[in-house]
Amino acid sequence: MADQIQSLQEQVLKARAERQTLNIVGGGTKSFMGRTPDNDAATLSLAEHTGVVEYHPVELVLTVRAGTTLSEIEAVLAEEGQCLHFEPPRLGENGEGATIGGTLACNLSGPARPWSGSVRDQVLGLRLLNGQGEHLRFGGQVMKNVAGYDVSRLQAGAMGTLGVMTEISLKVMPKPATTATLVQEMPLDSAIDYMNRRAGEPKPLTGACWFDGKVYLRLAGARSAVEATAEQWEGEVFEGGDALWQQIRDLQHEFFAGDDPFWRFSVKSSAIMPSLDGPWLVDWAGAQRWYRGQATLRDLEPLALEAGGQVSLFRGGDRTGEVMLSQPEALKAIQRRIKQSFDPDGLFNPGRLYSWL
Amino acid sequence: MTSESRSSKQQLADEFRSFIDPQFVISDEETLKPYECDGLAMYREMPMLVVLPETVEQVQRVMRICHEKGVPVVARGAGTGLCAGAMPHKEGVVLSLAKFNRILDIDPVARTARLQPGVRNLAISEEAAQYGLYYGPDPSSQIACTIGGNVAENSGGVHCLKYGLTVHNLLKVEVITVEGERVTVGSDGLDACGMDLLALLTGSEGLLGVVTEVTVKLLPTPEVARVIMAGFDSIEKAGDAVGAVISHGIIPGGLEMMDGHAIIAADDFCQAGYPRDAKALLLCEVDGTEEEVDEHIAEAEAVFRKLSATSIRTSTSEEERALLWKGRKSAFPAVGRISPDYYCMDGTIPRRHLARVLLEMEKMSDEFGLRVANVFHAGDGNLHPLILFDANVPGEFEKAEAFGSRILELCVEVGGCITGEHGVGVEKIRQMAVQFDDRELAQFHSVKVAFDPKGILNPGKGVPTLKFCQEYRSIEHKQHKHEQAGAEHG
Repeated sequence: MADQIQSLQEQVLKARAERQTLNIVGGGTKSFMGRTPDNDAATLSLAEHTGVVEYHPVELVLTVRAGTTLSEIEAVLAEEGQCLHFEPPRLGENGEGATIGGTLACNLSGPARPWSGSVRDQVLGLRLLNGQGEHLRFGGQVMKNVAGYDVSRLQAGAMGTLGVMTEISLKVMPKPATTATLVQEMPLDSAIDYMNRRAGEPKPLTGACWFDGKVYLRLAGARSAVEATAEQWEGEVFEGGDALWQQIRDLQHEFFAGDDPFWRFSVKSSAIMPSLDGPWLVDWAGAQRWYRGQATLRDLEPLALEAGGQVSLFRGGDRTGEVMLSQPEALKAIQRRIKQSFDPDGLFNPGRLYSWL
Repeated sequence: MTSESRSSKQQLADEFRSFIDPQFVISDEETLKPYECDGLAMYREMPMLVVLPETVEQVQRVMRICHEKGVPVVARGAGTGLCAGAMPHKEGVVLSLAKFNRILDIDPVARTARLQPGVRNLAISEEAAQYGLYYGPDPSSQIACTIGGNVAENSGGVHCLKYGLTVHNLLKVEVITVEGERVTVGSDGLDACGMDLLALLTGSEGLLGVVTEVTVKLLPTPEVARVIMAGFDSIEKAGDAVGAVISHGIIPGGLEMMDGHAIIAADDFCQAGYPRDAKALLLCEVDGTEEEVDEHIAEAEAVFRKLSATSIRTSTSEEERALLWKGRKSAFPAVGRISPDYYCMDGTIPRRHLARVLLEMEKMSDEFGLRVANVFHAGDGNLHPLILFDANVPGEFEKAEAFGSRILELCVEVGGCITGEHGVGVEKIRQMAVQFDDRELAQFHSVKVAFDPKGILNPGKGVPTLKFCQEYRSIEHKQHKHEQAGAEHG
């Protein structure tokens, strides 16, 4: 457990004085994401800035330093029967390296996301070093806080381009008492409809995915409710359920193996499948669809827009060009000015999110 | 009004009337009058003009004209807000979105609703009910308040602990920028690429853009909901009971607390059968499947019994559930009946400090000579102290304001915040300087500039100028020192 804030602040101020750009790195497990990092940038490491600052299980609130690993956080929560219910992917060797800061910067959440919310949804507040080396506090440690702009959640998906997150307060939840997974064979198109319809029922559903001709539904919650629903719904109880959801959550599932580019479609959950041949893994009851194959962002964008959503190049492929959905000029201008407002000298993760930011 | 400003007002009205139905460009005093305040009627200002456009193109043209001329624009939904966030600017235009009141589409399979901003919050759930769906956030003004206003204030309600605030239930918004550009933020998917502008816009109190369309998520209506009413002979015990239920792994759909004053006022008002001798009352609602609710109700009852609840009653029918909630839901009018006026505060605190905060509030109540009744979203720590006063007694509102201000400062002191769901607006702009330091406020200002370089969107709200803060802090500091000195001498 260590508070490195002084050192981090000094590094930012020095970089500012020397006009040295910085690559912000936590556990380094998500270096494959975003555009190719700036070669000339120096590393600003948060790996030592770790530890639980405050944890009040009864309040469901946890405050940790940004470099704390997910595995460390989960161990602390497990002692109180609680968990990170947005199921962030535990990337890195043996699932050890990923930090909470990186998870929020990349806005990564797991299979429970449609029901439990995303990492962004759980953020209550944070502390941030801006480009002038000022250590600022936004939000708080309470569930409801509408004072000032929501700078905390703005960081989700910004990939560190707006500042160095140093401390994050999160809502945590009790671990579900029981889980069960149901499986049945189904073609993908029918599965999309089926998963959406099941998600519209008031049952304890917390996972719905399709892979290789089978649809899997996860139930979690009070034992009586899980058992009763498993009886009512069709499908076999799948004994390997917990392992399967873990593999999908941590991107360790066989689907994610290999060097082919991975594309992430975040679309309307009920949208018909884009006409694109190749292997798919569909999660989030249809709202997140992973596609593996050679393609260009330019070709996939219209398909994602037609499905009511967006597409990004998640891993592999050409990362020197854009990897995120293109933005209209008016939003580009606003985002450039937001960047300017946090990081006037353009120190943090230049070009990592968009070539123009 | 000078002759110069009168002619510019006339000119602007004429210009708007060239593309908006002239009867929806309001410039006469009498018709402007209802727009002078929002739900916090103590704060009033007459606008220069009110416009009620009927198309998005008209909204865009209004924005372009105002931007070019540097005329302030205050967007307005139903005007039910409680922080004077929709109070007009005397040299500005009130942009009412009241004509945008259509539910554009409900998709029962994807569980989404596409709405114009003037759609009422409750109307969404009413329309979605035929599909077994509803919209989660339910602010107490839900009969009247609009979804556009909910986005602007990031509104909550009594179900936030389990179902979140507005920000957790949005998919995308269409926004008109200050320059009149029409942009969409978010998508029909759950997560959008890049920095989260949707979150930034939510709760921005009309300072960053004007919302012209909102897509929300809908939730399946729970099979069943039951509520436990439990009375306690002390606030501490009720507070402990809240913690114990949550520690037990139960997340109630709603978890409300009322203090002794609120219990009696509410019970007098609607005969809900509340235990009138209790010092604190909990309403703990559990929703879900039949099996889950039965299981959790039994566990929660056991927890309350163990923590020596003085009375426990659990609803066994929808009628009984409605009756038990009725007292809580009518707590504000109930308190309105025992006092000529009341002033509702909105601080949030970490729940563990509840007893301390209520005790200090009692002391302040004696000090200011004003009664205070407390209703509390206990699940999420959001306090709504109701300060009772009489506006006809000169100086009494100012006293209520000063009392309220002290309560909010106390909330910050124990690690909470000055507003949980009502917003800052004009009302709490002074306390912003208590929760944030100058560098943080400067960062807010520069975010504002990124959207609105000329500062024409809802000026004077939300974020105080730094000069203002310094003055406020130094006054507070002097007063505090003065009080301390007084206490020492006493």
